[in-house]
Amino acid sequence: MAAILTAEDVRAQYGWTRVLHGVSFAVEEGGITTILGANGAGKTTTLRAVSGLVRTEGTIQFGGRRIEGRAPEELVRMGIAHVPEGRGTFVGLTVEENLRLGAYARRDRARGAEAFERVYEYFPILRERRRQMAGTLSGGEQQMLAIARGLMLRPRLLLLDEPSLGLAPLIVREIFRIVRAINRDEGVSVLLVEQNATIALELADHAYVLETGRVVLAGPPAILKQDDAVRRSYLGY
Amino acid sequence: MDILLQQVVSGLATGGIYASLALALVMIYQATDVVNFAQGEMAMFSTYLAWSLINAGVPYWGAFAATLVLAFIGGLLIERLVIRPVENAPVLAIVIVCIGLLTILNSVAGWIYSYIQKPFPSPFPDKPINIGQIVFGAHDLGAIGITLLVLVFLYVFFRYTTLGLAMRGAAQNPVSSRLCGVRVGWMLALGWGLAALVGAVAGMMVAPIVFLDPNMMGGILIYAFASATLGGFTSPGGAVVGGLLVGVIENLVGTYVRFIGTELKLTVALAIILIVLVVKPSGLFGRAVVRRV
Repeated sequence: MAAILTAEDVRAQYGWTRVLHGVSFAVEEGGITTILGANGAGKTTTLRAVSGLVRTEGTIQFGGRRIEGRAPEELVRMGIAHVPEGRGTFVGLTVEENLRLGAYARRDRARGAEAFERVYEYFPILRERRRQMAGTLSGGEQQMLAIARGLMLRPRLLLLDEPSLGLAPLIVREIFRIVRAINRDEGVSVLLVEQNATIALELADHAYVLETGRVVLAGPPAILKQDDAVRRSYLGY
Repeated sequence: MDILLQQVVSGLATGGIYASLALALVMIYQATDVVNFAQGEMAMFSTYLAWSLINAGVPYWGAFAATLVLAFIGGLLIERLVIRPVENAPVLAIVIVCIGLLTILNSVAGWIYSYIQKPFPSPFPDKPINIGQIVFGAHDLGAIGITLLVLVFLYVFFRYTTLGLAMRGAAQNPVSSRLCGVRVGWMLALGWGLAALVGAVAGMMVAPIVFLDPNMMGGILIYAFASATLGGFTSPGGAVVGGLLVGVIENLVGTYVRFIGTELKLTVALAIILIVLVVKPSGLFGRAVVRRV
């Protein structure tokens, strides 16, 4: 299978602090790739580099085209949906308005009704709450809304930043089940960044481990699960 | 009793003017978090443009429409050229830039048009309308009507159009908006353009009453601040209600409290700002803004 996204020797910094020291990885077309790592390893920055929110050095290719240095607004139009850390909810807008903004960059906005139906099928709770202010939703519902907002774009690549953060295990299970369904049914490639390695390794078909801005380990989840260091540091047994 | 009613009615009339300028203030504040001290002078300058057009023989409503377009473009340019470079500067820097803008617009208007007062036409008939014992000025009623129309237009625009939604999104959560593909910088510029347009309406409605001169908006801006504070800086509808209330309060206090009279009327506006900030800082219809620090 061909890679939809490849990053080579990507470096990024905030002010004088270098956060990524040459990260390389690839996301297979139609696959789910995960990047694991502890707090501060550079996971979020990696996603921000892909979606254009931070300036980078090195090369990033999406669908065969160089995309480093492009603005997020442009990358969205190429089909990259970034579901950011902390969910990025528009708390003062209704659920439906949040979703409408998700479809903002689509050229075929006229077919919005269909997009709403599809999204509501994955997340029935959002249909019930569609007139409610998004800020009144629970954490799990807001995470669902964030993914749904990304889905409204009908993206080719979905970037998920710690969707499990701060949520009860049952809800995390539910959200990951839906992510898998979206990946399977829509053919959306997924790049998932997680601290919760157990569940991320279950979902992904390829995994990278990031430590202080470097990839220290890469391979299929089955192999990574056998690795002693991964087991001790991320799986806890 | 008739005097009371009459004073309430004329209070509503001036209140309508405060309301439309307050509306412009609240719009920029909502869209960009900037309190625009130059709003009044922007409105004054737009009104001079309208005056030039009318003097050149353009019919009133034609000049009115052209002025709205020019004001919109002017607001847009001001944001792009003057505000954008200090976008990420501390709030005090932006306030100073706005005050600089105020002074510049005032001086340029004086330089081009001189400081001599000019009459400005009203599109409404001169003949007052009598209902019972109470006299309504046709222009006053028209001005209130137009302010309400502007409010409805803004409500529909922000509530039902995709562009309006994108502007609200950009104000609330710029990063998320960018990730949705919204060009946030342009949304801020559009916000300034729209506010300048609303301000231009206020200017053209107030000029027939106070006459056109470069300082005509000075006092009115203070009333507009009082209105926006009273209604709540986060609520456009509140700004309009606040404006009407300030107009009525000002008029009643001026009539019935002898030592205030007409000379101390402006003090009433300042007193309102002070009292609201002490008793209910978020205003009548505003919501408290909570920030995590």
